[in-house]
Amino acid sequence: MLESFIFSVLNGVLYGMLLFMLASGLTLIFGMMGVLNFAHASYYMLGAYFAFSISEYAGFWVALILAPIVVGLLGALTERFGLRNVHKHGHVAELLFTFGLVYVIDELVVLIWGRVPVNYQIPDALDFTLFSLYGSQFPAYRGFILLVAIAMFVAIYVLLVRTRVGMIIRASLSHPDMVGALGHNVPRIFTLVFAFGTGLAGLAGVMAGNYFITEPGMAYAMGPIVFVVVVFGGLGSLGGAFVASLIIGLVTTFAVGMNYSVADLLAGMGIAFGQDSVLGINLSRFGLMLPYLMMVLILIVRPRGLMGARES
Amino acid sequence: MKNTMRLVRRSLATVGVAAALAVPAIGSAADDTIKIGLIDPLSGPFANIGDLGVKGFTFLAERINEDGGILGRDVEIVPFDNKGSAQESLQNLREAADEGIQYITQGLGSNVGNALVNGVEKHNRRNPDNRVVYLNFAAVDPALTNEKCSFWHFRFDANSAMKMKAITDSIADQKQVKKVFLINQDYSHGQFISKAGKELLAEKRPDIEIVGDVLHPLGKVKDFSPYISQIESSDADVVISGNWGNDLALLVRAGAQAGLDVDYYTYYGSLVGTPRAIGEAGEGKLKTITEYQENLAVDKNQADLQELGETFEERYAPLEFNVLRTKTELHMLKKAMEKAGTTDPLQVAYAMEGMTLETGMGEVTMRAKDHQLLQPLFISTLTKDYKKYDAEGTGFGWKTDVEIPADETAVPSSCEMKRPPRS
Repeated sequence: MLESFIFSVLNGVLYGMLLFMLASGLTLIFGMMGVLNFAHASYYMLGAYFAFSISEYAGFWVALILAPIVVGLLGALTERFGLRNVHKHGHVAELLFTFGLVYVIDELVVLIWGRVPVNYQIPDALDFTLFSLYGSQFPAYRGFILLVAIAMFVAIYVLLVRTRVGMIIRASLSHPDMVGALGHNVPRIFTLVFAFGTGLAGLAGVMAGNYFITEPGMAYAMGPIVFVVVVFGGLGSLGGAFVASLIIGLVTTFAVGMNYSVADLLAGMGIAFGQDSVLGINLSRFGLMLPYLMMVLILIVRPRGLMGARES
Repeated sequence: MKNTMRLVRRSLATVGVAAALAVPAIGSAADDTIKIGLIDPLSGPFANIGDLGVKGFTFLAERINEDGGILGRDVEIVPFDNKGSAQESLQNLREAADEGIQYITQGLGSNVGNALVNGVEKHNRRNPDNRVVYLNFAAVDPALTNEKCSFWHFRFDANSAMKMKAITDSIADQKQVKKVFLINQDYSHGQFISKAGKELLAEKRPDIEIVGDVLHPLGKVKDFSPYISQIESSDADVVISGNWGNDLALLVRAGAQAGLDVDYYTYYGSLVGTPRAIGEAGEGKLKTITEYQENLAVDKNQADLQELGETFEERYAPLEFNVLRTKTELHMLKKAMEKAGTTDPLQVAYAMEGMTLETGMGEVTMRAKDHQLLQPLFISTLTKDYKKYDAEGTGFGWKTDVEIPADETAVPSSCEMKRPPRS
């Protein structure tokens, strides 16, 4: 029991951290620019594919640095030559723009890398067992993902809260006109933030591409859950995204492990229910619905999310 | 295609009289081929599987045409994109019938298979002059050759009950196996495997303990490690799974990362993309039940099949030719048309009943009772120690463990076939 508990916590935290790597970029972009970037998970996918192609020639460690930068550059180009022009036509236009981008990137990936998954493997240097606990092994690569995610969180936090750049970014978030009047180039800050956010998604792709599978459906698989994290944590709130990622990671992992039903619980209290009724369904089968249910509930109870700043 | 046709017609119309002559000419040229409508997803998440189907069938049809075609006519594969939806497939069926296509083939999804069987039945009742035969090469729901069987439907893949019979036979023969864990996708296919697996094992080896029986959401799980923890703590020797695509690849990979040492008996371990997505994680552990994999051509000294696979791969790498049943399907259709001396669906369907064919893997029979093909099945393991061909460039290939002769794969059918009058 203790064994499965510890492993559920580790797995839950790990999944949560992966979610956070994606969600942080998305929530930053939304917080700054008010743009809900539908294509965010597509940049995540690009990160994985770039990492695969780069690691073919230069190895994983070069890919780890280079792939997020390339994705960030693509993000910057998207913002500078796409979003900025669409921006004048309002949020709906921006939303539709990123929506279209999802399909464009999907098809491009299929054209370049094909529909069959690519063989993007965990580097040999990280392919060993970190520690064994009660006979179960904990792979080093998971530890590495955890490490990178925590380093990333600290770095973003320090950047936003402790540096001058961060101050300007936060100021442009709430008072863009004032920051502009003080002589800062607000559009360029927007481009930078967008590039940074997509670069983070790219980094998540590099880390998750070989942990999961690098294939054209990976953006589609990850997209919805990241939105749930961002909405649940509060749009625009980095801390909220962090907490929400962990909660959702843990909740889904634990729910899957629960091998009993509501009817079992009631039976324990002396109330008999047929195992064939709805109450007889194993709780584990509800596991993957829980994040969405949590999002629906929090929108009813607290529309701005856990730590969201604004009501809109 | 439609637009170009319209354009052609419109431009011809301006020439006036010429149009009246030209259009029928186009029509008759096209009518000379035997068309087979291939209805499968060509867009969306399963497009890779549909795409392989189009390439495989087209390739096989070309080879038949090089050998003189069927009854002197060329075979043409006409792809229709059903986007994975049953509703869309019925639309495709209508389009195909409108174009005068008399043979359709489909594989992905028993929900689509069910819809098509109903659709074809209805269509043939209403249009006795324009009937359609449905050749099914991968929808494995047993119902299609049992309570829902139809005279117009022929299945060339072993159905789910037959595969589970073969898997449990093989497990029952291994005395060291004591604990079995079932993990499946939560929809009709996975639910059937879970149910049939438990029943058959209880019958053949009552001493085997089912230590787990999990249904998980279809295509939604990204991290399988919680399930792996369950398998690990259950002490299972063998995992049986009907999972396909990412649901299988992620399961096996998560297992390897946690150092889980079990054999996976799967239906779809060799499905396109899966060996590559699993790679090293499946070494010596991943087993699959199929009617063919490339190294079987080496096992059985089939030079023709080796040449076919190599030519296919040369043209379409990294895709490989692993679905011999599609070849069986086209060649049995050819044999039936030649036997009937016509391409008329009714006569061809009658000719196909009870028909046998030598495929290189052994003799196969289209059972007349329920239109289920009986063919030898093989259980193979993904390993470094393969004979000749690796799977999808991974450095690991399929090695044959067990052969199940065609007659031993048979399971009884409850089908009561309603046959239309013969002429």
